[in-house]
Amino acid sequence: MPKGSVGTSPIRREGTEKVCGLARYIDDYAIDGCLHGVTLRSSVAKGRIKSIEFDKSVPWEESVIARASDIPGGNYVTLLENDQPLLADGVVRHKYEPILLIAHPSREKAYQALSHVKVEYEAETPNFDIDGGGRVFKDILIEKGDPAAGFKKAWKILEGEYWVPHQEQTYIENNGMVARVESDGTLVAHGSMQCPYYIQKALKAIFALPDERVRVIQATTGGGFGGKEEYPSMLAGHAGLLATKAKRPVKMIYDRSEDMAATTKRHPCRVRFKAGIAKDGRLVAQDIDVVMDGGAYMTLSPVVLSRGALHATGPYECPNVRVRARAVETNTPPNGAFRGFGAPQTLFAAEVHMDRLAALAGLDPVEMRRRNMFREGSITHTGQVMGISLGTAEVLEKTVRMSGWAKKRKAYAAWNKAKKPTWRGLGVALVHHGGGFTGAGEVYLASEAGVAIDREGRVRVLAANTEIGQGTNTIFAQIAADTLGLPLERVDVAVPDTHVVPNSGPTVASRTCMVVGGLVHRAAGRLKDAVLAAGGSFTDAKKLKAAAAALCEGKPERVFIAKYEQPDWVKWDDKAYKGDAYGCFSYGCAIADLEIDRSTYEVRLREVFTAQDIGKAVHPLFAEGQIIGGVVQGLGYALLENVVMKDGGMANASLTNYIIPTSADTPPFKVAIVEKPYKGGPFGAKGVGELPMDSPGPAVCNAVAQAIGKWPAKLPVLPEHVLELVS
Amino acid sequence: MKLTVNGKSRDYAGNPFKRLIDVLREDFALTGTKEGCGEGECGACTVVLDGRTVNSCLIPVAQAEGKEVRTIESFGTPGKLHPMQKAFLEHGGAQCGICTPGMIVSAACWAEAPGPKNDATCRQALAGNLCRCTGYQHIVDSVLAATKKKGGKKRARR
Repeated sequence: MPKGSVGTSPIRREGTEKVCGLARYIDDYAIDGCLHGVTLRSSVAKGRIKSIEFDKSVPWEESVIARASDIPGGNYVTLLENDQPLLADGVVRHKYEPILLIAHPSREKAYQALSHVKVEYEAETPNFDIDGGGRVFKDILIEKGDPAAGFKKAWKILEGEYWVPHQEQTYIENNGMVARVESDGTLVAHGSMQCPYYIQKALKAIFALPDERVRVIQATTGGGFGGKEEYPSMLAGHAGLLATKAKRPVKMIYDRSEDMAATTKRHPCRVRFKAGIAKDGRLVAQDIDVVMDGGAYMTLSPVVLSRGALHATGPYECPNVRVRARAVETNTPPNGAFRGFGAPQTLFAAEVHMDRLAALAGLDPVEMRRRNMFREGSITHTGQVMGISLGTAEVLEKTVRMSGWAKKRKAYAAWNKAKKPTWRGLGVALVHHGGGFTGAGEVYLASEAGVAIDREGRVRVLAANTEIGQGTNTIFAQIAADTLGLPLERVDVAVPDTHVVPNSGPTVASRTCMVVGGLVHRAAGRLKDAVLAAGGSFTDAKKLKAAAAALCEGKPERVFIAKYEQPDWVKWDDKAYKGDAYGCFSYGCAIADLEIDRSTYEVRLREVFTAQDIGKAVHPLFAEGQIIGGVVQGLGYALLENVVMKDGGMANASLTNYIIPTSADTPPFKVAIVEKPYKGGPFGAKGVGELPMDSPGPAVCNAVAQAIGKWPAKLPVLPEHVLELVS
Repeated sequence: MKLTVNGKSRDYAGNPFKRLIDVLREDFALTGTKEGCGEGECGACTVVLDGRTVNSCLIPVAQAEGKEVRTIESFGTPGKLHPMQKAFLEHGGAQCGICTPGMIVSAACWAEAPGPKNDATCRQALAGNLCRCTGYQHIVDSVLAATKKKGGKKRARR
């Protein structure tokens, strides 16, 4: 029996190709006879298209042009509601909405052609205001106890309004897709993506094709962070439409400014938070009003909102709660999935508010959290009883210890009184993050993953979950190898290809390791039982081969599938929004140590401490990489990343003007991984991908508050914002 | 025009204003050099031009005439990894991998250059190469590990 690999950090599966520059991202494929596709986009935020004119001096016969009228099936991108057209048909509802597509053998000429098409609009007044009366995509009400009675009994009540803006995912590889139609009529989309089966579903509707005639294959993908969850369906539809019309392969690669301006971002969100406390600092009532800006089409807004509403209280028990949450339409490009998916927005408000409540109660911020955080038996606002894999106390205490909290807080208070050139502050945030789809979401997904064995006894994991940097390839191999008792190098992981792998659901919601890893574990278990029953053994190559050959019954391989089964401790009522919102939560705490220059008001991070409870680190190095990477995205959200919207579009759509953290902006880290095993995850694992994004924003604001005595109520905390607060 | 790419003399007869990155990727099929922004901010397209790291998306190929260009492909191969590549594998320096070639080119050049090698100087040296996955800690760990290892400080093979 080989030593298990789970809990160790083997070399990244596709790592050697990546460090040598040999990994092939979609733009790295040279394709014979390929055309380059580009997109003509709306220059107005709302209006009717009056006319489209093609400059007669251009030899248009060299190009292929596709419009809405060329779509063989439905003109929509399948998602929750099919309200988003693949190409605008007469009406535009946001700036940069795609209108028509051009393909040309030369990429340069394709781009040039765009400037020779003139669109005339009958402009209408757009709405950019979340209170402007736009369509309500989703309205959620969650109630527990009697908030009115709770506020009556409260010793003190505090109200606050918080605002968090757009955030751009800024994966370093822009969106890109190649589409081609094979001789049997199969439409193939190959590209950068998180969710092959989402794309397949969308293409089936757009092209009115059956399952077997649409094939979606993932290329090496240069980061996703949610930004390649739903948008690639649109891009694959565009490339597919051009390829269908041109009868040639079509490659569409966005440049940075198009990717930033036209694709989805994090939902801006306003939270009005009212909380009442008793004299000992315990919460007695919370009334939380959440509004998210969904943009012009529904996309994923209802589920982003749902996660936001379900995390809006913070990881605290309160007997009387009301959460009202709405996602509304504005005439801006649709917002969508981004790591954290609604939770970073509402947790920002919850955690800054909690700090302000601590001050009101005269309590240390850490002590305030100790008194209110989830304990065994705590009941959430949906009625979920906490107790399964609960790491609140451990992540809080660990982070507090690492940071030297009490001593440093005292020292900084003294520092700020002495007239030093800087102010200093230490701030804490404690968060939770539900793993997997909300409530019954995983039941609806009904994911399947497989483990196959071929006649030689070689094992292969089959799942649609994509490697986007987080380590899917490696951890799936680890889980299968350890389940079978095989050395890691004897397990392969299939490239996600809808003609090869079953639909194990999207690569989102911190579900890849916890949920799909669990399916891989169970499928491998079935394979193991079958091999053993056939007289095989995983430690004896000869016996394994004989059993494998028998199991394959003459076919090249035998696949063992595991299908998702809802754990029996999860009960959820989607109509009433009551019950177990998630099978379990992961927990994180971050403490930010920073200083602010008294003359420039620039905030500089000195150090960041974080402990995160992820159940089990299947691959500790990758888990730490997820944690640090996620925290740095959160720090960017907190301090640097400023999407400037003008006339309904991103005005700073470039890496020159939209600033993400560099190595020089990023402080050293102290990270602790806490492992409170989850019985529903493989080897005890629970979600890790999104959790790290939740705590940095509020931790930074709470540290700024120690430094200058006031809490920023919006992000990012730019120098001009600090100036406003101190003057 | 002639230029030397990864030790080989190459002829190029196309548009002299074509960006060096496009010539490398399209004309010479060296796709290890990546484009992230096209405006010199992200560093994914970093190559070495006569011993200095440059953003190949900002350089017209004419500027490389008669010069020596080194891309990620010349640093190591799967069978014979450069110490920096090996360190990135061992310390988690590569996640999605799209910034990795440019990052390794920058890091390997910095490792060979004189000057103190510590966390702060490393973070400054790599500030022109954006990574959205790692939060940089594992990259810094990788780079410092490679500079400490024997061989990490050797002059790069030309």
